Amino acid sequence: MPPLLEAESLAKYFPSVSGIFPRRRVAWVKAVDGVDFTVEPGETLGVIGESGCGKTTIAKLILLQETPSAGMIRFDGKDVAGLSGAELMRYRREVQVVFQDPYSSLSPRMRVGEIIAEPLQIHTDLPRRQQQERVAEVLELVGLRPEVARLFPHEFSGGQRQRIAIARALVTETRLIVLDEPVSALDVSIRAQIMNQLEELQAKLGVSYLFIGHDLATVAHISRRIAVMYLGQVVELADALELCGKPLHPYTQALFAAALPAHPDDKRERVAIKGEVPSALAPPSGCRFHPRCPFAMPRCAAEAPLLKEATTGHSVACHLY
Amino acid sequence: MASLLQVTELETHYVTFGGVRVVKAVDRVSFALNEGETLGIVGESGCGKSTTCQSIVGLLPAAARIVGGSIAFMGEELTDKRPREMRHIRGAQIAMILQDPMASLNPLFSIYRQVAEPAYYHRAMRGRSLRERVRELLDAVRIPSPAMRMREYPHQMSGGMRQRIVGAIALSGGPKLIIADEPTTNLDVTIQAQYLDLLKDLQQQTGIAIIFVTHNLGIVARMCDRLAVMYAGKFVEAGTVRELFDTPQHPYTKALLGSMPKLGSKEPLFAIPGQPPDLASLPSGCAFHPRCTEALPGCAVAEPDEVRVASGWTARCWRAAPQIPEDDRTLHAAAAGG
Repeated sequence: MPPLLEAESLAKYFPSVSGIFPRRRVAWVKAVDGVDFTVEPGETLGVIGESGCGKTTIAKLILLQETPSAGMIRFDGKDVAGLSGAELMRYRREVQVVFQDPYSSLSPRMRVGEIIAEPLQIHTDLPRRQQQERVAEVLELVGLRPEVARLFPHEFSGGQRQRIAIARALVTETRLIVLDEPVSALDVSIRAQIMNQLEELQAKLGVSYLFIGHDLATVAHISRRIAVMYLGQVVELADALELCGKPLHPYTQALFAAALPAHPDDKRERVAIKGEVPSALAPPSGCRFHPRCPFAMPRCAAEAPLLKEATTGHSVACHLY
Repeated sequence: MASLLQVTELETHYVTFGGVRVVKAVDRVSFALNEGETLGIVGESGCGKSTTCQSIVGLLPAAARIVGGSIAFMGEELTDKRPREMRHIRGAQIAMILQDPMASLNPLFSIYRQVAEPAYYHRAMRGRSLRERVRELLDAVRIPSPAMRMREYPHQMSGGMRQRIVGAIALSGGPKLIIADEPTTNLDVTIQAQYLDLLKDLQQQTGIAIIFVTHNLGIVARMCDRLAVMYAGKFVEAGTVRELFDTPQHPYTKALLGSMPKLGSKEPLFAIPGQPPDLASLPSGCAFHPRCTEALPGCAVAEPDEVRVASGWTARCWRAAPQIPEDDRTLHAAAAGG
C-alpha cells in the first residue's frame, strides 16, 4: 500500500533579521533541514525531540501553515504544494490537527456543537439537521454525551476539552491527524484516558496519527514507528519497540538514559551527554550532535552522516553504523 | 532523633466570600522528614500539594489560613511565627525552588546579586568572601566559567542554566530543607536528567532534606526515599517509594501507577475514570469513591481513617489492611507507646 503522507528532503529555513530599517537578513534558522519520513494509512508515527528540534515546524508544514523552503510533502502520492481549488479543500478536510493546550485551542464564545460543526459548514453542504447528527455521532465517539453540544468550553475540564478538540478533528472523515503534544497539558490520570481514546479511535476508524511529543514513554506507547529529531534533522527512525530495545544513535541512547524510570529499581545505564542543544542559527558542522556526543570521532566534525538503514526498518544517521 | 520537619494534622483552608465558601486545600496532613531525606508529594493539579508547601514556608496567598495543626521545624513551631521571624527562617533554613525559573529570577539584577542575596542577609557575608561564596555556588551547580557568568543577567542564560541559578540561590543561605515545587516541568528531558542528577549530588554533599512536589511518578522513582500521594487535600497514602511502587494499598496510588506509560511496553494504560473533584464541593465519604474501581457501598457514607499498613506506611482506605499480624501490631503499638 502506498504511504498516506510522504515527506521528501523537507526543509524550512526562517530568516533571522536584524535592524528595524533597513531590515537585513543576517542568517537562516534551519528549523527543519532535509527530513524524510512516511506515514502509512492507519499507523501512528511518533516524532520526538527536545525544544527547538523542529517538530512543531514539521506539523506546520504538513498543515500548510508554512511553505517548505525545499523538498516536498506528498499526500496520496500528490505534491501538496501544487494543490488548489477542490483538491486543496479535500486535503484540508482530510488532514486535521489537535493542539497541546485545549484551553486556548477552543473558542470560548462558541458552543461545543458550533465548534465541532464549523469544519462541516466549510467543507460540506450538509443541511443543519445532518450536521447536528454528525456532531452527536463524533461526540459519542470521543466518549462525551451528545447533549454537551449546547455547552460552552469553559464548562469542561482539560481532559474533556481535549476530547472536544479530537471530536472537531474527526468530524470531516479525517485520514490524518497531527497531534502536537496532545497530552502534555493534562493531568496524569487524564493522560491515560486520552491516550486510550486515541488508540481506540484509530482501531475503529483507521485514521493515521502524527504524534509529536517530548516524553519518550508516552510517544513509544502510542506509536508504531518513531522518528527521533535533533536540530532539524531526523537522526533515527525505527519501529517503536525496536527503538526502545536497541537505540542506535548516541542521542537516542542519551534520551533513553534521561527518561524517568517506571520503578525505583529500574536503573539505566547512563549515557552522559554534556551541555545543551546548540542554537539552530549556527548548527555545528558535520554531524550536528558531535559536540555533545560521547563517541565523537574526527570524521563527525567534518562530514554529516546520512540517514541510512542499519537493519531492516531501522534507519540511523551516525558514522558509527 | 527528632525529625528535621514534623508536620502534624495540618489544616489550611481558603476562605472566600466572607467565609461563605471554605475550601479545605490541606486537610489533616501529617508527615515527618529527617535530615538528608527526600520526600515526594504527588498529586493532580488542585489537590493541595503546593498549598502544603506554602504553609510550611509561610507564603500562603491572602485568602488562605492555617486553621489547625502544627509545623515543627528543628523543634520550633512555625505556625506561631510572625512574618519577620519567618523571614529569618526562609532562605536561611528553608529554601524554595519554583517551577518557572524565568519568573523566579529578577531580570534587572545580575546573577551575582541574586545568588549573593541570601548569603548577604542570612550569613552576613561581605566583600571578598561573599564573591568567593557565589563563585563556589555557581561552580556547584555547574555553571561554566562562573566568574564571568555571575556578571551576566538572566536573559543571557538558557532555561536549564536559569533553573540551576535558582538552585544556587536556594543553596546560598545554607538551608537544611529545600522545597522544590515542580522544578523540572519546563525543562527538556536531557536537561531535566542533568538537573535531577545535580540535585542528588548536592544533597549527598550537603545532607539537605528535599521535598519534591511533582505530578510525575518517574521523578519520584528516580529521586525520592519516601512518597506521599495526595488527593483532594489529604495524604491518601504515604510510605517508602519502594513499598508504594511494589504493593500500593490505596486504589488511587494503584491507578496512578497503572496510568504511567512504561518504556517498551504496549499494554493498554489504566485510565482513571472521571475528573479530579472540585475541592469546594467534595463527594461524601471518601473523596475518591466516585472514581474508585474498588469502592464498597460504605465508601460513599463514611470517610476512612488513616490505617497504619506497616511502620511508616499509612493509607486512607477502607480496603487497606495492615500487613502485620494482629499480635505483632499490639507489640508495635506498645513499642510506640513506651
